[in-house]
Amino acid sequence: MTARSIPWLKFTAPPNFYVLAERLTPWLWGVAALFLVAGLYVGFFVAPPDYQQGNSYRIMFIHVPAAWMGMFLYLLMALYGAIFLIWRIKMADVMARAIAPTGALMTFLSLWTGALWGAPTWGTYWVWDARLTSTLILLFLFLGYIALHAASDDREKGGRAASLLAIIGAVNVPIIYFSVEWWYNLHQGVSVMRADGPSMAPSMLAALLLMTVAFWVYSAAIVLRRAQSETLSREARKEWAQQAACGRLTRDTRERAVAQAQQENAVSESGGQA
Amino acid sequence: MWDSVGDFLAMGGHAPYVWGSFGMVAAVLLVEWLLVRSRRRRVQIVLQRQSRRSTANGSEGE
Amino acid sequence: MLRSLWTLIRRDVSLIVMRRQDVLTVVAFFILVITLFPLSIGPEPDKLRTLAPGGVWVAAALASLISLDRLFADDWRDGTLEQVALSPQPLAVAALAKVAAHWFSLGLPLVVLSPALGYSLGLEGAELLVLALSLLLGTPVLSLLGAVGAALTLGVRAGGALMALLILPLYAPVLILGAGAVSEAMFDSAYTAHLSLLGAMLAVAVPLVPVAIAGALRIALD
Repeated sequence: MTARSIPWLKFTAPPNFYVLAERLTPWLWGVAALFLVAGLYVGFFVAPPDYQQGNSYRIMFIHVPAAWMGMFLYLLMALYGAIFLIWRIKMADVMARAIAPTGALMTFLSLWTGALWGAPTWGTYWVWDARLTSTLILLFLFLGYIALHAASDDREKGGRAASLLAIIGAVNVPIIYFSVEWWYNLHQGVSVMRADGPSMAPSMLAALLLMTVAFWVYSAAIVLRRAQSETLSREARKEWAQQAACGRLTRDTRERAVAQAQQENAVSESGGQA
Repeated sequence: MWDSVGDFLAMGGHAPYVWGSFGMVAAVLLVEWLLVRSRRRRVQIVLQRQSRRSTANGSEGE
Repeated sequence: MLRSLWTLIRRDVSLIVMRRQDVLTVVAFFILVITLFPLSIGPEPDKLRTLAPGGVWVAAALASLISLDRLFADDWRDGTLEQVALSPQPLAVAALAKVAAHWFSLGLPLVVLSPALGYSLGLEGAELLVLALSLLLGTPVLSLLGAVGAALTLGVRAGGALMALLILPLYAPVLILGAGAVSEAMFDSAYTAHLSLLGAMLAVAVPLVPVAIAGALRIALD
Protein backbone atom coordinates (compact mmCIF):
# COMPACT_ATOMS: atom_id res chain seq x y z
CA MET A 1 0.00 0.00 0.00
CA THR A 2 1.33 3.43 -0.91
CA ALA A 3 -0.50 4.79 2.08
CA ARG A 4 2.16 3.38 4.37
CA SER A 5 4.50 6.20 3.38
CA ILE A 6 2.15 8.84 4.85
CA PRO A 7 3.59 9.67 8.27
CA TRP A 8 0.14 10.28 9.76
CA LEU A 9 -0.67 6.59 9.30
CA LYS A 10 1.84 5.81 12.01
CA PHE A 11 -0.96 6.43 14.47
CA THR A 12 -3.16 3.74 13.02
CA ALA A 13 -1.06 1.34 15.08
CA PRO A 14 -2.74 1.13 18.49
CA PRO A 15 0.44 1.54 20.62
CA ASN A 16 1.50 4.63 18.67
CA PHE A 17 -1.99 6.09 18.96
CA TYR A 18 -2.04 5.41 22.69
CA VAL A 19 1.25 7.18 23.27
CA LEU A 20 0.24 10.13 21.11
CA ALA A 21 -3.05 10.51 22.98
CA GLU A 22 -1.25 10.18 26.29
CA ARG A 23 0.99 13.08 25.32
CA LEU A 24 -1.72 15.25 23.80
CA THR A 25 -4.55 15.04 26.31
CA PRO A 26 -2.97 16.93 29.23
CA TRP A 27 -2.29 19.85 26.87
CA LEU A 28 -5.80 19.65 25.46
CA TRP A 29 -7.32 19.75 28.95
CA GLY A 30 -5.20 22.78 29.75
CA VAL A 31 -6.11 24.61 26.55
CA ALA A 32 -9.80 23.77 26.99
CA ALA A 33 -9.79 25.09 30.57
CA LEU A 34 -7.97 28.25 29.50
CA PHE A 35 -10.40 29.02 26.70
CA LEU A 36 -13.35 28.12 28.89
CA VAL A 37 -12.29 30.61 31.57
CA ALA A 38 -11.54 33.28 28.98
CA GLY A 39 -14.81 32.64 27.15
CA LEU A 40 -16.86 32.76 30.34
CA TYR A 41 -15.11 35.94 31.43
CA VAL A 42 -15.67 37.74 28.15
CA GLY A 43 -19.16 36.29 27.88
CA PHE A 44 -20.31 37.41 31.30
CA PHE A 45 -18.18 40.44 32.17
CA VAL A 46 -17.19 42.10 28.90
CA ALA A 47 -20.01 41.45 26.46
CA PRO A 48 -22.84 43.95 27.03
CA PRO A 49 -26.47 42.86 27.38
CA ASP A 50 -28.33 42.58 24.11
CA TYR A 51 -30.56 45.58 23.46
CA GLN A 52 -33.51 43.32 22.65
CA GLN A 53 -32.99 40.11 24.56
CA GLY A 54 -31.27 41.45 27.66
CA ASN A 55 -29.07 38.86 29.29
CA SER A 56 -30.76 35.71 28.04
CA TYR A 57 -28.77 35.94 24.81
CA ARG A 58 -25.70 34.82 26.81
CA ILE A 59 -27.02 31.27 26.39
CA MET A 60 -25.79 31.64 22.82
CA PHE A 61 -22.21 31.28 24.06
CA ILE A 62 -22.85 27.63 24.89
CA HIS A 63 -25.78 26.90 22.61
CA VAL A 64 -24.07 27.70 19.33
CA PRO A 65 -20.81 25.85 20.09
CA ALA A 66 -22.76 22.79 21.26
CA ALA A 67 -24.87 22.79 18.08
CA TRP A 68 -21.79 23.19 15.89
CA MET A 69 -19.96 20.43 17.73
CA GLY A 70 -22.94 18.09 17.39
CA MET A 71 -22.98 18.46 13.61
CA PHE A 72 -19.22 18.50 13.25
CA LEU A 73 -18.79 15.39 15.39
CA TYR A 74 -21.41 13.53 13.36
CA LEU A 75 -19.60 14.27 10.12
CA LEU A 76 -16.27 13.35 11.72
CA MET A 77 -17.77 10.10 12.99
CA ALA A 78 -19.06 9.27 9.51
CA LEU A 79 -15.64 10.11 8.06
CA TYR A 80 -13.90 7.74 10.47
CA GLY A 81 -16.59 5.17 9.66
CA ALA A 82 -15.78 5.52 5.95
CA ILE A 83 -12.06 5.15 6.67
CA PHE A 84 -12.81 2.01 8.66
CA LEU A 85 -14.99 0.53 5.90
CA ILE A 86 -12.59 1.31 3.06
CA TRP A 87 -9.16 0.64 4.58
CA ARG A 88 -10.20 -1.56 7.51
CA ILE A 89 -8.13 0.55 9.89
CA LYS A 90 -9.31 -0.56 13.31
CA MET A 91 -8.30 2.67 15.04
CA ALA A 92 -10.79 4.53 12.83
CA ASP A 93 -13.58 2.44 14.32
CA VAL A 94 -12.26 3.11 17.80
CA MET A 95 -12.30 6.84 17.07
CA ALA A 96 -15.78 6.80 15.53
CA ARG A 97 -17.10 4.90 18.51
CA ALA A 98 -15.40 7.27 20.92
CA ILE A 99 -16.87 10.28 19.15
CA ALA A 100 -20.49 9.07 19.23
CA PRO A 101 -21.32 9.63 22.95
CA THR A 102 -19.76 13.10 22.99
CA GLY A 103 -21.59 13.99 19.79
CA ALA A 104 -24.89 12.80 21.23
CA LEU A 105 -24.30 14.80 24.42
CA MET A 106 -23.42 17.93 22.46
CA THR A 107 -26.58 17.55 20.38
CA PHE A 108 -28.61 17.06 23.54
CA LEU A 109 -27.03 20.15 25.09
CA SER A 110 -27.80 22.23 22.02
CA LEU A 111 -31.46 21.16 22.26
CA TRP A 112 -31.60 21.84 26.00
CA THR A 113 -29.97 25.25 25.85
CA GLY A 114 -31.98 26.08 22.74
CA ALA A 115 -35.21 25.35 24.60
CA LEU A 116 -34.16 27.52 27.53
CA TRP A 117 -33.10 30.30 25.20
CA GLY A 118 -36.32 30.05 23.22
CA ALA A 119 -38.55 30.39 26.27
CA PRO A 120 -37.74 34.05 27.07
CA THR A 121 -37.05 34.98 23.45
CA TRP A 122 -40.02 33.53 21.54
CA GLY A 123 -42.19 32.63 24.51
CA THR A 124 -42.01 28.88 23.95
CA TYR A 125 -39.61 26.11 24.81
CA TRP A 126 -40.17 24.21 21.62
CA VAL A 127 -41.36 24.84 18.09
CA TRP A 128 -41.18 22.35 15.24
CA ASP A 129 -38.77 24.61 13.45
CA ALA A 130 -36.42 23.27 10.79
CA ARG A 131 -33.32 23.55 12.91
CA LEU A 132 -34.85 22.13 16.06
CA THR A 133 -36.44 19.22 14.27
CA SER A 134 -33.35 18.29 12.32
CA THR A 135 -31.22 18.59 15.47
CA LEU A 136 -33.59 16.21 17.21
CA ILE A 137 -33.26 13.78 14.30
CA LEU A 138 -29.48 14.16 14.49
CA LEU A 139 -29.66 13.09 18.15
CA PHE A 140 -31.55 9.95 17.09
CA LEU A 141 -28.97 9.24 14.40
CA PHE A 142 -26.27 9.32 17.11
CA LEU A 143 -28.35 7.04 19.35
CA GLY A 144 -28.95 4.65 16.45
CA TYR A 145 -25.20 4.47 15.79
CA ILE A 146 -24.45 3.75 19.44
CA ALA A 147 -27.24 1.17 19.72
CA LEU A 148 -26.27 -0.66 16.53
CA HIS A 149 -22.61 -0.74 17.52
CA ALA A 150 -23.50 -2.12 20.93
CA ALA A 151 -26.08 -4.64 19.72
CA SER A 152 -23.71 -6.79 17.73
CA ASP A 153 -21.88 -9.66 19.42
CA ASP A 154 -19.10 -9.42 16.87
CA ARG A 155 -17.31 -6.10 17.42
CA GLU A 156 -15.81 -6.01 13.93
CA LYS A 157 -19.18 -6.61 12.26
CA GLY A 158 -20.98 -4.23 14.58
CA GLY A 159 -18.39 -1.58 13.81
CA ARG A 160 -18.77 -1.99 10.07
CA ALA A 161 -22.58 -1.98 10.20
CA ALA A 162 -22.57 1.11 12.42
CA SER A 163 -20.06 2.83 10.12
CA LEU A 164 -22.30 2.20 7.13
CA LEU A 165 -25.23 3.60 9.09
CA ALA A 166 -23.20 6.70 9.98
CA ILE A 167 -22.40 7.31 6.31
CA ILE A 168 -26.03 6.86 5.24
CA GLY A 169 -27.03 9.24 8.04
CA ALA A 170 -24.44 11.80 6.92
CA VAL A 171 -25.88 11.74 3.40
CA ASN A 172 -29.35 12.15 4.87
CA VAL A 173 -28.65 15.00 7.29
CA PRO A 174 -28.75 17.73 4.59
CA ILE A 175 -31.80 16.11 2.95
CA ILE A 176 -33.58 16.00 6.29
CA TYR A 177 -32.62 19.58 7.04
CA PHE A 178 -33.80 20.97 3.73
CA SER A 179 -37.01 18.96 3.63
CA VAL A 180 -37.90 20.04 7.17
CA GLU A 181 -37.05 23.66 6.42
CA TRP A 182 -39.05 23.59 3.25
CA TRP A 183 -42.03 22.04 5.01
CA TYR A 184 -41.83 24.56 7.80
CA ASN A 185 -41.48 27.60 5.58
CA LEU A 186 -44.40 26.52 3.44
CA HIS A 187 -46.69 26.38 6.44
CA GLN A 188 -45.53 28.91 8.99
CA GLY A 189 -44.04 31.75 7.01
CA VAL A 190 -40.84 33.38 8.17
CA SER A 191 -38.73 31.41 10.61
CA VAL A 192 -38.70 32.71 14.16
CA MET A 193 -35.09 31.66 14.46
CA ARG A 194 -33.97 34.82 12.69
CA ALA A 195 -35.14 37.04 15.51
CA ASP A 196 -31.70 37.94 16.87
CA GLY A 197 -30.38 41.43 16.37
CA PRO A 198 -28.84 42.82 13.21
CA SER A 199 -25.15 42.47 14.00
CA MET A 200 -23.13 41.19 16.90
CA ALA A 201 -20.91 43.35 19.07
CA PRO A 202 -17.22 42.38 18.74
CA SER A 203 -17.05 41.26 22.37
CA MET A 204 -20.02 38.95 21.84
CA LEU A 205 -18.35 37.43 18.82
CA ALA A 206 -15.11 37.06 20.78
CA ALA A 207 -16.90 35.21 23.60
CA LEU A 208 -18.61 32.95 21.07
CA LEU A 209 -15.35 32.09 19.35
CA LEU A 210 -13.52 31.49 22.65
CA MET A 211 -16.27 29.15 23.83
CA THR A 212 -16.29 27.35 20.48
CA VAL A 213 -12.58 26.66 20.78
CA ALA A 214 -13.11 25.48 24.37
CA PHE A 215 -15.86 23.06 23.32
CA TRP A 216 -13.83 21.82 20.40
CA VAL A 217 -10.71 21.14 22.45
CA TYR A 218 -12.74 19.60 25.26
CA SER A 219 -14.36 17.23 22.74
CA ALA A 220 -10.96 16.30 21.32
CA ALA A 221 -9.60 15.55 24.79
CA ILE A 222 -12.55 13.49 25.97
CA VAL A 223 -12.73 11.57 22.68
CA LEU A 224 -9.03 10.73 22.85
CA ARG A 225 -9.39 9.58 26.45
CA ARG A 226 -12.34 7.37 25.57
CA ALA A 227 -10.49 5.99 22.55
CA GLN A 228 -7.53 5.19 24.80
CA SER A 229 -9.66 3.12 27.16
CA GLU A 230 -11.25 1.36 24.21
CA THR A 231 -7.83 0.59 22.72
CA LEU A 232 -6.54 -0.81 25.98
CA SER A 233 -9.54 -3.05 26.51
CA ARG A 234 -9.41 -4.28 22.91
CA GLU A 235 -5.71 -5.09 23.23
CA ALA A 236 -5.94 -6.34 26.78
CA ARG A 237 -3.98 -9.50 26.02
CA LYS A 238 -1.05 -7.69 24.47
CA GLU A 239 2.07 -6.98 26.43
CA TRP A 240 2.25 -3.31 25.40
CA ALA A 241 -1.27 -2.63 26.67
CA GLN A 242 -0.51 -4.17 30.04
CA GLN A 243 2.67 -2.15 30.31
CA ALA A 244 0.81 0.99 29.27
CA ALA A 245 -1.83 0.37 31.93
CA CYS A 246 0.94 0.24 34.54
CA GLY A 247 2.34 3.47 33.11
CA ARG A 248 5.66 2.01 32.06
CA LEU A 249 5.43 1.32 28.35
CA THR A 250 8.97 1.03 27.01
CA ARG A 251 9.93 2.15 23.54
CA ASP A 252 11.18 -1.32 22.80
CA THR A 253 7.86 -3.01 23.61
CA ARG A 254 5.98 -0.40 21.65
CA GLU A 255 8.06 -0.85 18.52
CA ARG A 256 7.76 -4.60 18.74
CA ALA A 257 3.98 -4.31 19.13
CA VAL A 258 3.77 -1.97 16.12
CA ALA A 259 5.80 -4.35 13.98
CA GLN A 260 3.62 -7.23 15.07
CA ALA A 261 0.43 -5.30 14.31
CA GLN A 262 1.70 -4.45 10.83
CA GLN A 263 2.49 -8.08 10.19
CA GLU A 264 -0.98 -9.12 11.30
CA ASN A 265 -2.48 -6.48 9.04
CA ALA A 266 -0.49 -7.73 6.06
CA VAL A 267 -1.65 -11.29 6.73
CA SER A 268 -5.30 -10.32 7.11
CA GLU A 269 -5.12 -8.19 3.95
CA SER A 270 -3.71 -10.97 1.80
CA GLY A 271 -5.99 -13.49 3.48
CA GLY A 272 -9.01 -11.24 3.08
CA GLN A 273 -8.65 -11.16 -0.71
CA ALA A 274 -8.90 -14.92 -1.12
CA MET B 1 -21.51 46.11 34.14
CA TRP B 2 -22.93 44.24 37.13
CA ASP B 3 -23.71 46.27 40.24
CA SER B 4 -23.53 43.40 42.69
CA VAL B 5 -23.29 39.64 42.95
CA GLY B 6 -27.08 39.49 43.29
CA ASP B 7 -27.45 41.53 40.13
CA PHE B 8 -25.13 39.12 38.33
CA LEU B 9 -27.04 36.08 39.57
CA ALA B 10 -30.38 37.62 38.58
CA MET B 11 -29.22 37.99 34.94
CA GLY B 12 -31.71 40.76 34.37
CA GLY B 13 -34.63 38.50 35.24
CA HIS B 14 -33.49 35.68 32.97
CA ALA B 15 -31.73 33.74 35.75
CA PRO B 16 -33.59 30.40 35.40
CA TYR B 17 -32.92 30.26 31.66
CA VAL B 18 -29.31 31.35 31.72
CA TRP B 19 -28.27 29.33 34.77
CA GLY B 20 -30.41 26.39 33.70
CA SER B 21 -28.46 26.28 30.45
CA PHE B 22 -24.99 26.82 31.88
CA GLY B 23 -25.75 24.49 34.79
CA MET B 24 -26.89 21.68 32.52
CA VAL B 25 -23.83 22.07 30.29
CA ALA B 26 -21.55 22.03 33.33
CA ALA B 27 -23.33 19.00 34.82
CA VAL B 28 -23.33 17.00 31.58
CA LEU B 29 -19.69 17.70 30.80
CA LEU B 30 -18.68 16.93 34.38
CA VAL B 31 -20.57 13.63 34.40
CA GLU B 32 -19.12 12.70 31.01
CA TRP B 33 -15.64 13.48 32.27
CA LEU B 34 -16.15 11.43 35.44
CA LEU B 35 -17.55 8.47 33.49
CA VAL B 36 -14.67 8.47 31.04
CA ARG B 37 -12.18 8.75 33.88
CA SER B 38 -13.72 5.91 35.87
CA ARG B 39 -13.79 3.68 32.81
CA ARG B 40 -10.14 4.45 32.16
CA ARG B 41 -9.31 3.55 35.75
CA ARG B 42 -11.28 0.31 35.53
CA VAL B 43 -9.56 -0.78 32.31
CA GLN B 44 -6.18 0.07 33.78
CA ILE B 45 -6.84 -1.95 36.93
CA VAL B 46 -7.96 -4.99 34.92
CA LEU B 47 -4.87 -4.79 32.74
CA GLN B 48 -2.56 -4.27 35.68
CA ARG B 49 -3.95 -7.41 37.26
CA GLN B 50 -3.44 -9.32 34.04
CA SER B 51 0.07 -7.99 33.76
CA ARG B 52 0.90 -9.18 37.25
CA ARG B 53 -0.55 -12.60 36.50
CA SER B 54 1.35 -12.97 33.24
CA THR B 55 4.67 -12.00 34.81
CA ALA B 56 3.99 -14.46 37.64
CA ASN B 57 3.36 -17.23 35.11
CA GLY B 58 6.28 -16.15 33.01
CA SER B 59 4.08 -16.15 29.92
CA GLU B 60 1.81 -13.74 28.07
CA GLY B 61 -1.67 -14.92 29.01
CA GLU B 62 -3.02 -17.82 26.97
CA MET C 1 -29.08 -8.78 -15.93
CA LEU C 2 -32.63 -7.54 -16.37
CA ARG C 3 -33.69 -11.14 -16.94
CA SER C 4 -32.15 -12.36 -13.72
CA LEU C 5 -33.65 -9.36 -11.93
CA TRP C 6 -37.05 -10.34 -13.25
CA THR C 7 -36.61 -14.00 -12.27
CA LEU C 8 -35.62 -12.98 -8.77
CA ILE C 9 -38.61 -10.68 -8.42
CA ARG C 10 -40.96 -13.43 -9.63
CA ARG C 11 -39.48 -15.93 -7.21
CA ASP C 12 -39.85 -13.57 -4.26
CA VAL C 13 -43.35 -12.44 -5.17
CA SER C 14 -44.53 -16.01 -5.47
CA LEU C 15 -42.86 -16.83 -2.16
CA ILE C 16 -44.68 -14.00 -0.42
CA VAL C 17 -47.99 -14.71 -2.14
CA MET C 18 -47.74 -18.32 -0.98
CA ARG C 19 -47.69 -16.97 2.55
CA ARG C 20 -50.78 -14.86 2.09
CA GLN C 21 -50.83 -14.45 5.83
CA ASP C 22 -48.04 -11.84 5.69
CA VAL C 23 -49.89 -9.67 3.21
CA LEU C 24 -53.06 -9.84 5.27
CA THR C 25 -51.21 -9.04 8.48
CA VAL C 26 -49.58 -5.94 7.06
CA VAL C 27 -52.80 -4.69 5.47
CA ALA C 28 -54.69 -5.30 8.73
CA PHE C 29 -51.99 -3.43 10.64
CA PHE C 30 -52.25 -0.50 8.24
CA ILE C 31 -56.04 -0.29 8.65
CA LEU C 32 -55.84 -0.72 12.43
CA VAL C 33 -53.37 2.14 12.87
CA ILE C 34 -55.68 4.40 10.87
CA THR C 35 -58.63 3.25 13.00
CA LEU C 36 -56.74 4.42 16.06
CA PHE C 37 -56.89 8.02 14.88
CA PRO C 38 -60.68 8.52 15.08
CA LEU C 39 -60.73 6.42 18.24
CA SER C 40 -58.17 8.59 19.99
CA ILE C 41 -59.04 11.99 18.55
CA GLY C 42 -62.80 11.72 18.32
CA PRO C 43 -65.14 11.44 15.37
CA GLU C 44 -65.45 15.16 14.46
CA PRO C 45 -64.95 15.25 10.66
CA ASP C 46 -63.07 18.58 10.66
CA LYS C 47 -60.39 17.42 13.05
CA LEU C 48 -60.01 14.11 11.28
CA ARG C 49 -59.75 15.81 7.92
CA THR C 50 -56.82 18.00 8.98
CA LEU C 51 -55.16 14.93 10.39
CA ALA C 52 -55.84 12.64 7.45
CA PRO C 53 -52.72 13.19 5.27
CA GLY C 54 -50.33 12.72 8.17
CA GLY C 55 -52.38 9.87 9.59
CA VAL C 56 -52.40 7.77 6.44
CA TRP C 57 -48.72 8.47 5.83
CA VAL C 58 -47.65 7.60 9.37
CA ALA C 59 -49.67 4.39 9.18
CA ALA C 60 -48.05 3.53 5.84
CA ALA C 61 -44.57 4.22 7.22
CA LEU C 62 -45.16 2.04 10.27
CA ALA C 63 -46.66 -0.76 8.17
CA SER C 64 -43.66 -0.59 5.85
CA LEU C 65 -41.32 -0.70 8.84
CA ILE C 66 -42.85 -3.76 10.48
CA SER C 67 -43.21 -5.62 7.19
CA LEU C 68 -39.53 -5.10 6.37
CA ASP C 69 -38.25 -6.31 9.69
CA ARG C 70 -37.68 -9.88 8.51
CA LEU C 71 -36.96 -9.10 4.85
CA PHE C 72 -33.58 -10.82 4.70
CA ALA C 73 -33.74 -12.88 7.89
CA ASP C 74 -35.01 -16.16 6.38
CA ASP C 75 -32.73 -16.03 3.36
CA TRP C 76 -29.85 -15.25 5.66
CA ARG C 77 -30.52 -18.13 8.01
CA ASP C 78 -31.05 -20.86 5.39
CA GLY C 79 -28.02 -19.81 3.35
CA THR C 80 -29.87 -18.52 0.26
CA LEU C 81 -28.34 -15.11 0.78
CA GLU C 82 -24.84 -16.53 0.75
CA GLN C 83 -25.52 -18.28 -2.56
CA VAL C 84 -26.93 -15.12 -4.08
CA ALA C 85 -23.88 -13.21 -2.90
CA LEU C 86 -21.58 -15.79 -4.56
CA SER C 87 -23.49 -15.81 -7.86
CA PRO C 88 -22.08 -13.72 -10.75
CA GLN C 89 -24.75 -11.03 -10.73
CA PRO C 90 -24.12 -8.07 -8.43
CA LEU C 91 -25.58 -8.37 -4.96
CA ALA C 92 -27.07 -4.88 -5.33
CA VAL C 93 -29.25 -6.11 -8.19
CA ALA C 94 -30.45 -9.04 -6.12
CA ALA C 95 -31.19 -6.66 -3.24
CA LEU C 96 -33.14 -4.38 -5.56
CA ALA C 97 -35.13 -7.38 -6.82
CA LYS C 98 -35.86 -8.45 -3.29
CA VAL C 99 -37.10 -5.00 -2.31
CA ALA C 100 -39.12 -4.69 -5.52
CA ALA C 101 -40.84 -8.01 -4.88
CA HIS C 102 -41.51 -6.98 -1.31
CA TRP C 103 -42.99 -3.70 -2.44
CA PHE C 104 -45.19 -5.29 -5.14
CA SER C 105 -46.69 -7.74 -2.67
CA LEU C 106 -46.79 -5.67 0.54
CA GLY C 107 -46.46 -2.00 -0.48
CA LEU C 108 -48.78 -1.89 -3.45
CA PRO C 109 -51.82 -3.16 -1.47
CA LEU C 110 -51.41 -0.20 0.88
CA VAL C 111 -51.32 2.21 -2.06
CA VAL C 112 -54.46 0.62 -3.53
CA LEU C 113 -56.26 0.74 -0.20
CA SER C 114 -55.21 4.27 0.70
CA PRO C 115 -58.01 6.17 -1.13
CA ALA C 116 -60.64 4.23 0.79
CA LEU C 117 -58.93 4.94 4.10
CA GLY C 118 -58.35 8.56 3.14
CA TYR C 119 -62.05 8.83 2.33
CA SER C 120 -62.94 7.40 5.74
CA LEU C 121 -60.91 10.20 7.34
CA GLY C 122 -62.68 12.85 5.28
CA LEU C 123 -60.52 13.41 2.21
CA GLU C 124 -62.37 13.97 -1.06
CA GLY C 125 -62.01 13.85 -4.82
CA ALA C 126 -58.63 14.91 -6.13
CA GLU C 127 -57.12 14.72 -2.66
CA LEU C 128 -57.59 10.95 -2.71
CA LEU C 129 -55.82 10.73 -6.03
CA VAL C 130 -52.92 12.82 -4.74
CA LEU C 131 -52.76 10.63 -1.63
CA ALA C 132 -52.51 7.46 -3.70
CA LEU C 133 -49.98 9.05 -6.06
CA SER C 134 -47.80 10.29 -3.22
CA LEU C 135 -47.85 6.84 -1.64
CA LEU C 136 -47.10 5.25 -5.00
CA LEU C 137 -43.96 7.39 -5.30
CA GLY C 138 -43.03 7.38 -1.63
CA THR C 139 -43.53 3.85 -0.34
CA PRO C 140 -40.85 2.34 -2.64
CA VAL C 141 -38.36 4.77 -1.09
CA LEU C 142 -39.55 3.69 2.37
CA SER C 143 -39.08 0.05 1.36
CA LEU C 144 -35.56 0.72 0.10
CA LEU C 145 -34.53 2.62 3.24
CA GLY C 146 -36.16 0.03 5.47
CA ALA C 147 -34.30 -2.71 3.65
CA VAL C 148 -31.02 -1.03 4.64
CA GLY C 149 -32.14 -1.24 8.26
CA ALA C 150 -33.19 -4.86 7.85
CA ALA C 151 -29.80 -5.70 6.38
CA LEU C 152 -27.88 -3.77 9.04
CA THR C 153 -29.70 -5.51 11.90
CA LEU C 154 -29.19 -9.05 10.51
CA GLY C 155 -27.88 -11.31 13.24
CA VAL C 156 -28.13 -8.60 15.84
CA ARG C 157 -29.79 -8.83 19.22
CA ALA C 158 -33.03 -6.83 19.67
CA GLY C 159 -33.70 -6.45 15.94
CA GLY C 160 -37.16 -4.90 15.70
CA ALA C 161 -36.98 -1.94 18.05
CA LEU C 162 -33.42 -1.20 16.99
CA MET C 163 -34.48 -1.13 13.36
CA ALA C 164 -37.16 1.44 14.14
CA LEU C 165 -34.54 3.62 15.84
CA LEU C 166 -32.22 3.35 12.85
CA ILE C 167 -34.75 3.82 10.08
CA LEU C 168 -37.52 6.14 11.27
CA PRO C 169 -35.21 9.22 11.27
CA LEU C 170 -34.39 8.44 7.64
CA TYR C 171 -38.10 8.23 6.79
CA ALA C 172 -38.65 11.87 7.79
CA PRO C 173 -38.06 13.55 4.40
CA VAL C 174 -40.35 11.13 2.55
CA LEU C 175 -43.06 11.58 5.16
CA ILE C 176 -42.81 15.36 5.01
CA LEU C 177 -43.08 15.45 1.23
CA GLY C 178 -45.77 12.79 0.99
CA ALA C 179 -48.08 14.18 3.65
CA GLY C 180 -47.20 17.68 2.40
CA ALA C 181 -48.47 16.89 -1.10
CA VAL C 182 -51.87 15.83 0.25
CA SER C 183 -52.09 18.88 2.53
CA GLU C 184 -51.32 21.12 -0.42
CA ALA C 185 -54.06 19.43 -2.41
CA MET C 186 -56.45 20.14 0.48
CA PHE C 187 -55.68 23.87 0.25
CA ASP C 188 -55.98 23.79 -3.54
CA SER C 189 -52.37 24.90 -3.88
CA ALA C 190 -49.65 23.42 -6.03
CA TYR C 191 -48.92 19.88 -4.94
CA THR C 192 -46.94 19.02 -8.07
CA ALA C 193 -43.73 20.36 -6.49
CA HIS C 194 -44.04 17.87 -3.63
CA LEU C 195 -44.80 15.02 -5.99
CA SER C 196 -41.88 15.96 -8.25
CA LEU C 197 -39.51 15.96 -5.30
CA LEU C 198 -40.85 12.59 -4.19
CA GLY C 199 -40.27 11.30 -7.70
CA ALA C 200 -36.75 12.73 -7.64
CA MET C 201 -36.09 10.96 -4.34
CA LEU C 202 -37.29 7.70 -5.84
CA ALA C 203 -35.11 8.21 -8.91
CA VAL C 204 -32.06 8.80 -6.70
CA ALA C 205 -32.88 6.01 -4.27
CA VAL C 206 -33.43 3.21 -6.81
CA PRO C 207 -29.86 3.14 -8.12
CA LEU C 208 -28.05 4.19 -4.92
CA VAL C 209 -29.77 2.55 -1.96
CA PRO C 210 -29.37 -1.04 -3.26
CA VAL C 211 -25.60 -0.48 -3.16
CA ALA C 212 -25.89 0.38 0.53
CA ILE C 213 -28.13 -2.66 1.11
CA ALA C 214 -25.58 -4.88 -0.63
CA GLY C 215 -22.83 -3.41 1.55
CA ALA C 216 -24.83 -4.09 4.70
CA LEU C 217 -25.59 -7.66 3.55
CA ARG C 218 -21.89 -8.29 2.89
CA ILE C 219 -21.11 -7.21 6.45
CA ALA C 220 -23.69 -9.64 7.80
CA LEU C 221 -22.38 -12.45 5.57
CA ASP C 222 -18.70 -12.05 6.49
